[in-house]
Amino acid sequence: MQPTINDPGKQRSTRPVITAEKLTKKFGHFIAANELTFEVEKGEIFGFLGANGAGKTTAMRMLCGLLTPSSGKATIAGFDVYTETEKIKRRIGYMSQKFSLYDDLTVAENIRFYGGIYGMESKQIKIKTTELLQELQLQDEARTLVRELPLGWKQKLSFSVSLVHNPDIVFLDEPTGGVDPVTRRQFWDLIYHAADKGVTIFVTTHYMDEAEYCNRVSIMVDGVIAALDSPTRLKQQFAGNTMEDVFYELARNAKRKDD
Amino acid sequence: MITLHNIKKTYNKGAVTAVKDISFSVNPGELFGLIGPDGAGKTTLFRILTTLLLADEGSATVNGFDVVKDYSQIRKGVGYMPGKFSLYQDLTIEENLNFFATVFGTTIQENYNLIKDIYQQIEPFKDRRAGKLSGGMKQKLALCCALIHKPAVLFLDEPTTGVDVVSRKEFWEMLKRLKEQGITILVSTPYMDEANLCDRIALIQKGAILSIDTPEGIIRSFPEKLYAIHSSNTYKLLQDVRSFSGTASCFAFGDALHVTFTNGSDKDLIPYLHSKDHPDVSMSTITPGIEDCFIHLLKE
Repeated sequence: MQPTINDPGKQRSTRPVITAEKLTKKFGHFIAANELTFEVEKGEIFGFLGANGAGKTTAMRMLCGLLTPSSGKATIAGFDVYTETEKIKRRIGYMSQKFSLYDDLTVAENIRFYGGIYGMESKQIKIKTTELLQELQLQDEARTLVRELPLGWKQKLSFSVSLVHNPDIVFLDEPTGGVDPVTRRQFWDLIYHAADKGVTIFVTTHYMDEAEYCNRVSIMVDGVIAALDSPTRLKQQFAGNTMEDVFYELARNAKRKDD
Repeated sequence: MITLHNIKKTYNKGAVTAVKDISFSVNPGELFGLIGPDGAGKTTLFRILTTLLLADEGSATVNGFDVVKDYSQIRKGVGYMPGKFSLYQDLTIEENLNFFATVFGTTIQENYNLIKDIYQQIEPFKDRRAGKLSGGMKQKLALCCALIHKPAVLFLDEPTTGVDVVSRKEFWEMLKRLKEQGITILVSTPYMDEANLCDRIALIQKGAILSIDTPEGIIRSFPEKLYAIHSSNTYKLLQDVRSFSGTASCFAFGDALHVTFTNGSDKDLIPYLHSKDHPDVSMSTITPGIEDCFIHLLKE
């Protein structure tokens, strides 16, 4: 079945791979994430938006098993975010623009390194490396230092490396910053392709046109999920022509945008 | 106010060309945008114009001063906000601002009217160290520090990168008000939608300028007829339109596809898409945006 963009959950009735129920994180008196409740289906492209300071990073860190929640429940790939964080880490991939690949290692070495981290056998890693280089048409660059690759290639490679251990979910934290519009769209082709194969995509972005490419989008404001639906329905609900209008409508009165 | 003549710069003893043969000029009071992705050469141009880097070839002036001979004159009369946050993390908001005012031989009071609108937004936190500020507040403080000596020219290198839509809108409002006060502004951004807010723009990629004009002018020179196509299943639509023989280019834009055709003709596409199981497909001609133009120029 093809994933249907802008039409969430249409016959995609499998078990949710992310569930969160009143998930909350407090730092002292400050409630960074306040009773987040949502589910993400297998193979869904889920956009996780919010103003700077809205609590996105805190929420993502809890979902990745890197930060213990203060209260509430959540499961990732069926594992509990309080007690099974190590199992979670094995079942998820993570890519961010800030931290991704090692510049001083070659393309092939990076793949081998991450494969090793995730406990893959060297035979498996070899097969995977060939496969991945072919997919990205980077065969000739296997021995090139990552530092020497153009940013767009780095991003594509980084995304593929985040999938090297066949995770159920991949978390993408502003994956497409700074590249030209064609490269940005090629990156989204990779995202669609992965989602098509059943990988769940959890993505944050500041490009509002990319929000339109998601099956569903949640928008956080001041620590809470202020809206969650398909882009089409959000635009209807908030009487906007674009997701940018919707975002602006929800976030312009945010109290926490500046701290 | 700013002129560049055949500026060329390479790094690593000529192994990497950052910018090649760049020429353009910015008029007094103009809000001029350098639009392009990372690696296009935007920062190199900023560093040459702010006298922090010497070009290999070519010449440039800022406010009538030569960037090589008259560098000290330029440094006194321009404000520069680098892409990377470069204030003192261990100083508070107020200390940073005071520091920059003193270095330029002025006081906060003297040009307070210029920064008032912006500074008031961060003033409640003036005793907080710069390193502890949120991204939006850092950005506002950096802008205040770049303005405190009332520069004739303001250089802003990607001031809105990584900033959310609401803060970006606010930032451009601030730029509009600064422009009204007569300051010439050269600003770079990777966000194509911000191009429309500039008087003129240069689209730049891999060290070369693809086009320079007003945003309207760039849009007018888009040579082909552009169509938007909608259907409920955008991803499948993208694959199917790309497989259509008459398609010249096809890219996703938000919830639609933007498409051009090899013969400008589209007659057979809709029946083709019906046969590919897109019963609800619709198509209309549209005016291109800057991003459409950029993509088109990349292909040339």
